[in-house]
This record gives sequence, C-alpha cells and structure tokens, in this order.
Amino acid sequence: KKKKKKKEEEEKKRMFGEKALELLRELKRAREGTLPPYNEDVIRRVLEEMRVLFEQNQQEVRATTDGEEGLFSGIQLRHACLERNQRCLLAYVYNRLIRIKDMRWGIGAILPEEFRLSLCEQETQWFQRYNRGLASYMRSIGDGNLDLTQYTSPPKSLYIEVRCVSDYGELATDDGTVVQLKKDSQHHLLRSQCEQLIRLGILEHIQ
Amino acid sequence: PKQPITPRRPSLPLASRPQRKEKNKKNSNKKKGKRREMMAESIDINGGIEDVEYEYESMSSSEVLEKLEESWQNEKFSPELLPPKTEFIKSMMDQIKTMEENLEHFPKGDFVASIHKLELDRVKYIICSYLRTRLHKIERFIWYLLEHSSTHRQSSMSPEELIYAKQYAQNLDSHLQSLVLKNVPSNLQQVDKKKAIPRPNLDKYVFIRGLEQRDNIPLDTNDETADTINIELNSQFILPYKPVAELVQSGAARLI
Repeated sequence: KKKKKKKEEEEKKRMFGEKALELLRELKRAREGTLPPYNEDVIRRVLEEMRVLFEQNQQEVRATTDGEEGLFSGIQLRHACLERNQRCLLAYVYNRLIRIKDMRWGIGAILPEEFRLSLCEQETQWFQRYNRGLASYMRSIGDGNLDLTQYTSPPKSLYIEVRCVSDYGELATDDGTVVQLKKDSQHHLLRSQCEQLIRLGILEHIQ
Repeated sequence: PKQPITPRRPSLPLASRPQRKEKNKKNSNKKKGKRREMMAESIDINGGIEDVEYEYESMSSSEVLEKLEESWQNEKFSPELLPPKTEFIKSMMDQIKTMEENLEHFPKGDFVASIHKLELDRVKYIICSYLRTRLHKIERFIWYLLEHSSTHRQSSMSPEELIYAKQYAQNLDSHLQSLVLKNVPSNLQQVDKKKAIPRPNLDKYVFIRGLEQRDNIPLDTNDETADTINIELNSQFILPYKPVAELVQSGAARLI
C-alpha cells in the first residue's frame, strides 16, 4: 500500500506531456515488423491529463475576463502542453498506421496472427478500407491485374532454387505442372511464382 | 550516385517476314497526338504465329523503354511527385501483354523464350517500382497534394491516383478523428492544415545530367543577383532540386 502511494506521488510530480512521450517511446522501441498492442491505458491517461489542463485553463480565462491579473502565463503554458499532447497522440496513431502499411506491402493483405491481435478495432477497419482502396487502384491501371506489391527487387534470373521451410501443400506452376511443397524439399521454380511464398516465409531462396 | 540498376535492353535479332496490318490494335492504342510503335519483332517458329505489324508511330519500343527508365529514375530521385507518364506505362504494358502471348507458343524451356521472359520480368519490375514510388509519395504528402491539385489546374496525379488519394485521405481523416480528435478538448479538435502537414523538401540536393542546352539557370529563384549556371548536353551537376525542377519536369534534364 505504501509503495502504491509512493508511486502515485511520483506520478503527480511528473511533467506534463511525459505520458504522451511514453507512448512514442514504446512504439520506437518495438522491433521492425512488430507492433505493440494499442495502448488504450496510457492514451486514456493522456486524455485525462488534457481534460484537467483544459478545465483549469477555462477557469483561469473566466477569471481573467473577470479582472484577475497574472494568470496569462499559466494559461499559455497549459495550452502549450495541450498542443504537445495532441501532437504526440496524433504521431502515435499515425506511426502505427505506417507500420501496418509496411506489413501490407511487405507480407500481404493477410497479416500474421500476432500482428493482427495488436491492432485495435478502428485500426482493423482502417486496414480493410486501405486494402480496398489499394485493390481498386491496382485494378484501374493497365489491364487490371498488375499487383504492385510484387517485384520488389530487380529480377536477376528467371528461375531460382528454393527450399521449402514448412509444409504448404500443392502449388500449380504456370506451365501446368503441380509441385508438392513439403518441408525440406528443393525446387527449381519461376521467380515470379515464388516471390509471394518467399515473403511469407514458406519458401527459402538458396543462393 | 546510385548506379542505374537495369542494363541496356539487349536487342535480339528475330526473324521477320512481310507483314499484314492489325486493324484493332491501331484503335486501342491511339492516344491524343502521341502514337507508339508496337513491337516490330515477329516470331518465326514451325507452324508460325501470325506476324502482326503494328502501326509505325513516332517511338520504337526500345525508345519507350528508355523513356520509361528515365521517368522511373526521375521519380525515384525527385523529392516531389512528378507529372505522371501514363502513356509510357500503358504502351509498355500493352507490349508486355503481346510479348507474353507470343511467348506462350514457344516450347517449354526454350532458351530464347526464357531470355525474353526474364526481360519481361525486368520491365515489369520497372513499372511496378515506378508506380509504387508514386503511390508512396502520394501517401506521404497526401494533404499537400490534394490542396495543390484543388488550387492548380494541372495535378501531378493521374485520374486513378487522384481517386486513390481522395479515398486514402478520407480513410486517414476519419481514423484520426475517431481515435484522437474526437476525444480531446474542444479547442484542439482540428488540425491546422496550413502548418502541420508534411511537404516535399524541394531543397534536397540531387544529381542531374543535362539533356539539352540551357543557359542562365538561376540558382536561387528569389534572389535576382544570385549566381547562374549553364547546363550543357551531358554535363552533370549536383545542386538543390528547386532551381532545376522545371528542367526535370520538361525533360531538359534528368536525375541520376
């Protein structure tokens, strides 16, 4: 109980805007390709802090119009904190979107399980709408079946050697033959067909 | 400077025979003022595919490819979104389609066919990379570009890109609103779009090569007394993007 009280007191002594920075630090520390779960808790606290600052400001603005002096610098300070918090929140949400987008371009429209679980509901909806917009753009150019997420590096050869990392099943190749992708089997396949599976981690390119 | 990634397109000699015109191709490839030659190569194998001649127009297919490569490199190195080169993309994609259809007739594993297929793969890479770079720039500078396109007559976005941009902007806006802006105190519920949006950094230094002679390019458009430089054919410079932006957009210089 004593420890909890001490922690609360320490929390009160913190500067304004530090909680919001915590959000950004957490995001920055996350490894590339991962996303920490949407931190509702800290966001709620930041919003609470903003609400308190705003109400204090409103009070002091009313007092100033009533004639009280000397409050202006306090109002300015609180307003600056409010703006900073707003900026941090927006940056947090926006940078999460950037990470989600990178996953879309790197892996595909179907995200890995653990990544999907870190998204909050609005982010999942955003992602669905993003996919729809991207798909309709890709359909509208050329003859409609150019997948822009393919061909991420200049092809140096037509066929590549790949090894299967995990069981996938059957793959129908362009010339009609069916290839069994069992774990540890090696194949000599067209680059354009393997690219997607290499990115998903099912096939491994043997140099 | 980065080395150009793709080699020059190899020109493989292929047999050709007296040809007949294909009427429908002519209509589908007409573009205002600009017309393109489709591949004049024809493939001669046993049993023969129909040799099709396409309209001879102002650019050969290898020239289109060179122009495409140049547009692609310009787009990659420029800090801003350049005008779209949709004619080259369309023309190249049509050619790819024809080539692929032709290649189907080859026996599996034929050496010449696989060289051609590799070339097609590489061209597809250039097209994808070009369109991707543009999309990423649009996503990054979304507010700036939408504002720019509503105030200027000519937008750097193609019609399809404009549709995509509007949809993306709306998606982003409603997301930020619902997660942040709705929940903050009332005086902060709007984002000041004048100050807070990312804009392209036009002062970024770039390498350029002159394609035409241009004299007296001012290095600082705001300062009358600033130095000027003369750009000759095939001369190379490194300087801020802003003074030469017009040259790149008009094709008088290219970024390397």
